Amino acid sequence: MRYSRSHDVMQRVLLITTSYFVLAYSLYFLFAGHNNPGGGFIGGLTTACALAFIYLVFDRDTANEYIRFTFPALISIGLVLSLGTGAIGFFANDNYLTQYFDYFEIPFFGEVELTTALPFDLGIYFVVVGAAMVIMLTIADDEKEENEN
Amino acid sequence: MSLLHWIILIPFLAAFFIPLLGRMFPRIHTGWFVLFIPLALVMVTWISYSSLMADGETILSIVPWVPMLDINFSVYLDGLSFLFTLLITGIGALVVLYSIYYLDKKKERLQDFYVYLLMFIGAMLGVVLTDNVIVLYVFWELTSLASTLLIGFWFIRDKSIFGAQKSMLITVFGGFAMLGGFMLLYIMTGTFSIREMIGDVDVIMNHPMFLPAMILVLLGAFTKSVQFPFHIWLPDAMEAPTPVSAYLHSATMVKAGIYLVARMTPIFGGSSEWFWIILITGLFTLFWGAISALRQKDLKGVLAFSTISQLGLIMALLGAGSAALYAQDPDLEVMYAGAIVTAMFHLINHSTFKGSLFMVVGIVDHETGTRNLQKLGGLMAVMPVTFTVSAVGLAAMAGIPPFNGFISKEMFFANMVELMELPFFGMGDWAIIIPIVAWTASVITFIYCAFMFYKTFMGKYDRQNYWVDVHEASPGLLLSPILLGILVIVLGLFPNILTQTLIHPSVTSILTGVSVELEPYNLTLWHGFEIELFMSIGVVAVGVIAFLYHRKWTRWEIYNKERDVMNLFYDQGIDKLQDGSAAITRVQMTGRLRDYFMYMLVFIVALLAVTMWRSGQFQALPEGLATTMDTPLYMYGVMLILVGSAAVLPFIQSRITFIISIGVLGLMVSLFFTIFSAPDLALTQLLVETVLLIVLMLAFRHLPEMTKEPKSRSYTTVNVLIAASVGALVTMVSISAYALRLDLDFTAISDFFIENAVPLGGGYNIVNVTLVDFRGFDTVLEALVLGIVALAVIMLIKHRFKGGEDI
Repeated sequence: MRYSRSHDVMQRVLLITTSYFVLAYSLYFLFAGHNNPGGGFIGGLTTACALAFIYLVFDRDTANEYIRFTFPALISIGLVLSLGTGAIGFFANDNYLTQYFDYFEIPFFGEVELTTALPFDLGIYFVVVGAAMVIMLTIADDEKEENEN
Repeated sequence: MSLLHWIILIPFLAAFFIPLLGRMFPRIHTGWFVLFIPLALVMVTWISYSSLMADGETILSIVPWVPMLDINFSVYLDGLSFLFTLLITGIGALVVLYSIYYLDKKKERLQDFYVYLLMFIGAMLGVVLTDNVIVLYVFWELTSLASTLLIGFWFIRDKSIFGAQKSMLITVFGGFAMLGGFMLLYIMTGTFSIREMIGDVDVIMNHPMFLPAMILVLLGAFTKSVQFPFHIWLPDAMEAPTPVSAYLHSATMVKAGIYLVARMTPIFGGSSEWFWIILITGLFTLFWGAISALRQKDLKGVLAFSTISQLGLIMALLGAGSAALYAQDPDLEVMYAGAIVTAMFHLINHSTFKGSLFMVVGIVDHETGTRNLQKLGGLMAVMPVTFTVSAVGLAAMAGIPPFNGFISKEMFFANMVELMELPFFGMGDWAIIIPIVAWTASVITFIYCAFMFYKTFMGKYDRQNYWVDVHEASPGLLLSPILLGILVIVLGLFPNILTQTLIHPSVTSILTGVSVELEPYNLTLWHGFEIELFMSIGVVAVGVIAFLYHRKWTRWEIYNKERDVMNLFYDQGIDKLQDGSAAITRVQMTGRLRDYFMYMLVFIVALLAVTMWRSGQFQALPEGLATTMDTPLYMYGVMLILVGSAAVLPFIQSRITFIISIGVLGLMVSLFFTIFSAPDLALTQLLVETVLLIVLMLAFRHLPEMTKEPKSRSYTTVNVLIAASVGALVTMVSISAYALRLDLDFTAISDFFIENAVPLGGGYNIVNVTLVDFRGFDTVLEALVLGIVALAVIMLIKHRFKGGEDI
């Protein structure tokens, strides 16, 4: 990634501020997905954008200090989560990937719908974030190595 | 889940835990833990089922697997399965015991070995116990896989890898053909269950696909049971550790083909094709194997070819016995059923004497460091126990009384002589050739047994010939071959002990179609002065004479050709296959992105054009176009920007401008989605555009300067042509799709989703409910693809060759 080495304060502040909003929006997309526009895929891509901003502002080493994820591992975690949620169907003698939902009365929040689709979507979210970041960072690191050589 | 299911599954479950146990107790040989499993299985099987089998009962238990496709994990136990189950678990226990002393605890990868072995035991039990042909196929291929892994166990040797690959290619080819045969049977009968197929045997018999189905199934059986010309993999499989050769490549796995033929006899038997194909292949294999075994200089090579030969014998007997299903005459039925009795009896006998011989050869190899017949000699004095066990095994194989091989060989002669009297299947006077071939092969068998005996144990013991100090093997190593040797003698002296529980039930389960009630066959060592006795005497006499004069004929050139000529086809075939696929790859993989796009686009255009033309949609286009006339004016504006930004792309010189133009294109598409009220799609499109922009920017510096290379006119023309036809066709498809929806009263599938999103999925966002619920499987697999792409990017970028590496 072409990390900005300049100390352009305005750019920095703007991008950091934006990335907060984008991150918040991405979580909203993820959780609202079942009833409003959004979902795991959209949420994941939005998060990836926000993270990419952070990597753009700081150089890679600084960003890595704050974002301590091994993104390839995130992909596996997401896949296991999605495939595992699907396996719930087995125990209830239904087909694989049958999703369940019900409405619960929770204090303070009122009636809330809880679904197995959420962990499933969360898995998709992880895979998307992981894959997008892996692709971006790998290409960016490659450039760095080349410059070093 | 019945006990039988667990019998199949326990070895697989054990395969998970054995490596852990091996880690936890590094000082104990892993084999001791494994030994418990086949031992327990053989006891459980015998105790639970032997009395049931003797009463002629059968057991069926079904566990649904994919019930929609009629694939069930159904187990079925009858006499035939029972015989094989005991053989697999019984010999398995002895082989594991033997391997504990054969494989060094410190030097070998024991965990791997026993995991493969347990996988094989489970798979083989699955083959013989299941009633569903698809399940049978799965287990069948698993045995091939286990066999390959075990042949390649010492994978540092090139020959091991060669042998493993060869066995894999040949047996998997056969397995695949067999699957085709099963599919044809399914088309005929509509079931995958073997018992239900047997019930529908009239339909199968009169079906035009009868012969193809039969040949495909036989291909599976013949490749597995090393029948000519597929036998060539077995000699190369001898690179496996000796316990594996004794177990898989002599006693059990190569008998899976025999099992399949026996199991399919009620379905295909009773036709002349079945009878002749199996009989001739079997007899020829018997003969070919025997003359090849004679020429081998390696002890295991001799045993490999003799296994081929003996399996040919059993196969020929099964072919001969199938005549009983055709004969309507009770006397003939009983007479030809005798061949099946012999086949089953010899199956047991062969496992005992060949198993012990393999183990003994392993001991000789282990103690002397060589298996070469020309180097060995004089071991009788040094290894007396090994010598005694070998003598018993070789005598049984050569057909000398009072060992079990003698009885089955006599019965085999009798069966072959009886074939001459067959009143149907076009049998004529020339049939005398059948007993002659059988007899000649037996003479050769006698000679190579004599060779093995003489060259290994007789003569003078010369210390100089060996690398190591030769002495008798440890008692643990000797225990298994001794036990098998005792079985050889016991079965020779009291052949009837297994008739009631093993042989008779298996014969009745093979010959379900005969009209008479078969009586248990009385096996005796002494037959009286019948023709087969004189044939046996002739075998010994001619064999001894030929052996005495062996110094004359061993000088012939043909005697010294060790390698089977049929290998030529395999070697050539493999070479040609590699060259051919390399040539195809070279033509197709040019390394230019433009060519790959061309393949894809041309294919899409062709596919769409053919489909449109065949369904008459080209004619309906003007009508369709008319329905799109009421487009609002602002749509034309959006469209203009879209088309404009696409049209300028070919003329842009700078990359930055290029990327921006593509961005405009993407934004316009997203605008379209918004106009048609698809917020999810619009959002996704926007995000994809953003991420794509970042990735493009990142890759930017890697790309070379965009230089306009002068392109030839034809190159440009082809590009323009393809681009134009793709655009035109996709437009036409959309117009006709739109028109069709209005014209004909199609119910769009979206109605289902709209109606059911809330009641079934519990969500108001239809797109998301579709993704996570109705089409969850698609989504999961797409996520998987995404993960693979990410890994591929890492592989391509981080692990690419930078030049100068040692590949």
